[in-house]
Amino acid sequence: MYVAVKGGERAIGNAHAWLDEARRGDPALPELSVEQVEQQLGLAVDRVMAEGSCYDRGLAALAVKQARGDLIEAAFLLRAYRTTLARFGSSEPVETGAMRIQRRISATYKDLPGGQVLGPTFDYTHRLLDFALAAEREAVPPAPEAPADPAPMPRVTELLAREGLMRRDATDDAEPPDLTRDPPSFPVPRAAWLQALARGDEGFLLGLGYSTQRGYGNSHPFAGEIRMGEVTVEFTPPELGFAIELGEVVLTECQMVNQFAGSKSEPPQFTRGYGLVFGHGERKAMAMALVDRGLRSAELGEPTDAPAQSQEFVLYHCDNVEATGFVEHLKLPHYVDFQSELEKVRALRREAGR
Amino acid sequence: MSALMRASGLQLHFGKVAALDDVALEIHPGEVVAIVGESGSGKTTLLRVLAGMMAPQQGRVLYDGQDVHAMGEAARRGLMRSDWGFVHQNPRDGLRLRVSAGGNVGERLMAAGARHYGNIRAEATEWLKRVEIDPARIDDMPQTFSGGMQQRLQIARTLVTRPRLVFMDEPTGGLDVSVQARLLDLIRALVAELGLAVLIVTHDIAAARLLAHRMLVMRHGQVVEQGLTDRVLDDPQHPYTQLLVSSVLAA
Amino acid sequence: MTEAGYNFGYLDENTKRMIRRALLQAVALPGYQVPFGSREMPLPYGWGTGGIQVTASIIGADDTLKVIDQGADDTTNAVSIRRFFNRVTGVATTDRTAEATIIQTRHRVPEMTLREGQVLVYQVPMPEPLFRLEPRVAETKRMHALADYGLMHVKLYEDIARHGAVTTSYNYPVLVNRRYLMSPSPIPAFDNPKLDRMPALQLFGAGREKRIYAVPPYTEVKSLDFEDHPFKPARADAACVICGSRASYLDELIVDDGGKRHFVCSDTDYCASRPPLQEAAE
Repeated sequence: MYVAVKGGERAIGNAHAWLDEARRGDPALPELSVEQVEQQLGLAVDRVMAEGSCYDRGLAALAVKQARGDLIEAAFLLRAYRTTLARFGSSEPVETGAMRIQRRISATYKDLPGGQVLGPTFDYTHRLLDFALAAEREAVPPAPEAPADPAPMPRVTELLAREGLMRRDATDDAEPPDLTRDPPSFPVPRAAWLQALARGDEGFLLGLGYSTQRGYGNSHPFAGEIRMGEVTVEFTPPELGFAIELGEVVLTECQMVNQFAGSKSEPPQFTRGYGLVFGHGERKAMAMALVDRGLRSAELGEPTDAPAQSQEFVLYHCDNVEATGFVEHLKLPHYVDFQSELEKVRALRREAGR
Repeated sequence: MSALMRASGLQLHFGKVAALDDVALEIHPGEVVAIVGESGSGKTTLLRVLAGMMAPQQGRVLYDGQDVHAMGEAARRGLMRSDWGFVHQNPRDGLRLRVSAGGNVGERLMAAGARHYGNIRAEATEWLKRVEIDPARIDDMPQTFSGGMQQRLQIARTLVTRPRLVFMDEPTGGLDVSVQARLLDLIRALVAELGLAVLIVTHDIAAARLLAHRMLVMRHGQVVEQGLTDRVLDDPQHPYTQLLVSSVLAA
Repeated sequence: MTEAGYNFGYLDENTKRMIRRALLQAVALPGYQVPFGSREMPLPYGWGTGGIQVTASIIGADDTLKVIDQGADDTTNAVSIRRFFNRVTGVATTDRTAEATIIQTRHRVPEMTLREGQVLVYQVPMPEPLFRLEPRVAETKRMHALADYGLMHVKLYEDIARHGAVTTSYNYPVLVNRRYLMSPSPIPAFDNPKLDRMPALQLFGAGREKRIYAVPPYTEVKSLDFEDHPFKPARADAACVICGSRASYLDELIVDDGGKRHFVCSDTDYCASRPPLQEAAE
């Protein structure tokens, strides 16, 4: 007679031991250090910090290692850790206009104050596998360096705004909502969706942003500016009453410039789609800016029928930790429900057979 | 007899355009009132304001003595499910296209608390007959119906709970002329039989003459003339009404 | 022993208070979905994070916890959640329904009648009973506020018109206290009658969707139906091969390549508490 399998506890323990062994791989090879992950898989670390919404390169590298390179799993680990941390307060808003630039490009102006800075980019590399990387290498020679340009680098959108051509976004000093503490109530303010997008899945936003370029949401974007570099984070402790520097974080910011035909109350002008992510995350920042502009369609009196224009659609589905949990929960046992469906389908078939 | 619905001083402007400019209106139980005018005259806006779907900037709409725009959405939706009905120009706006004809008619009964499947089905069957739809099609989807059938189904769905006041927005608008005539006959018969009060928006003077006891002529958001239908059409006072009537006669 | 570095029950006390406030509101409005600041848990969304947060907020050192999934204490996810609470609270756990003060469950209601003082915590994947008919949350919120549930009845009407019966066999919608339409979570419809006027407190947690709702003791819970097509809870027409029960909900097992089937109780504690059959029934 069949006896239901017992011993779930032991099975779980054994599975996790196997996981640990598989993570280590061939023991004859040296173990990967967290420092190596942080230094040499830096963009993976950046993505995990962005989607884990926790800026800590060491922890993110540890999460990447623990997750065997599964970046969504790593973001999940980082988030679960982050949620247990005590909160001392919020930083002052960071000033990306004062960013120490590593990269800054504009697709709208050939030249502009501060110039175009390519920085460490894959752009214009020929995507040919570099077999030299497969072997151990001599030390990599340092890249040539120019003296830092002391000229300020004003944001492109600000140059347009001064001319009256860029729609000024509503400014609001209200405390932005925190989606990790308070459940959203739709419609949500822009600050809430920007937060969700900044934490959102790069692949999902990439697909959605792409869809706005293909007619699902009528956008005519230009990459007004993409910049990446360090910004200073400041915090005002209540007992001091003035801001102190906590350190620097690397951010990538993208400002997309979009046409806007104007409305009854406003002349034709350009509007902004905004993306900002932790680390060097250019693809994500650009996709975020496209989706942000999509979500602004209601505010601008445009149609709101495309997926990227629906707040509920975007916000409920962009979080990969939520999405992966619910998709993967399908592998949990469902035999009670399936049994009820079996009985129902059999009953309906009997009924239909009569 | 006291008015079922009474509106006064309605004002609604979109920018500089006046959609409603000091509009007043009354409708009594069992009375059919037509609102006529060209497109852009404000007649559909007026209907939506009266039905509580849009708020006026000034003025009040009283239904049974209650302020329609002050009563809150729950009460308004309650009215829409019981005392009122709304027949949209496009039946797709008033039907559930993925629900069978029987389910479409039954929905209002169920929303009103009906919980006996057999009775709901019997009532739906009866109503399909009344609007001249073959009851054998009770389980068919409205998508498989012709435009005229869809519109008759919408009317059945609206009238099944015997509302006191029905709003109709160009109910014959998208239909062929031959189909229009049949639908107008049907509406006239049902309205008389059930003693409904109807507010019907139309640009079709002939439809107004056939159905309405009274009519209002709108232009640029204002009611330029109103009175008994025959009087307005046979002896129009306002130049705009004269133009409307003559253009119909000429056509 | 509890896990070093973590608060009792894993959640910090402020979070527990926030969740308990939501629970109080939920109890005061039976069947109403209370939005709450669901935390990111160390277990995946969809795997019981809502139930875990509810249990973590109400559990005390004297409680005895039972965790079941599909009615069984030994399914892997139940084992994992029980182990989690063991690590972060150190409270006693049990397989016995009668001994438990808190029972966290996924997909089943125990066969044994629960008593006053017990709490049944359901893990809920989709709290919104209307979501298949109307995916927009803002719109379903309005429908609940206005008790505008005609659409749900239309769905049942359509099922009967097309198939002769309601086709929903689990997660069968209920009306709570004659006011709010509620998802009982994906329990088989067989379990629905147990919710009605249950002496125990029933709490429902949906972590990913950030909602909590509740059915207080002795509250009316009615499965939607028609007078002439009354709600019928269904189970396999068979007996458990272990205990012979013809009353409990059964799992169907395929025991050989020929497709031979056996049925066993889904509620393992119920089954174990009954005298075993002397011989296999079949």
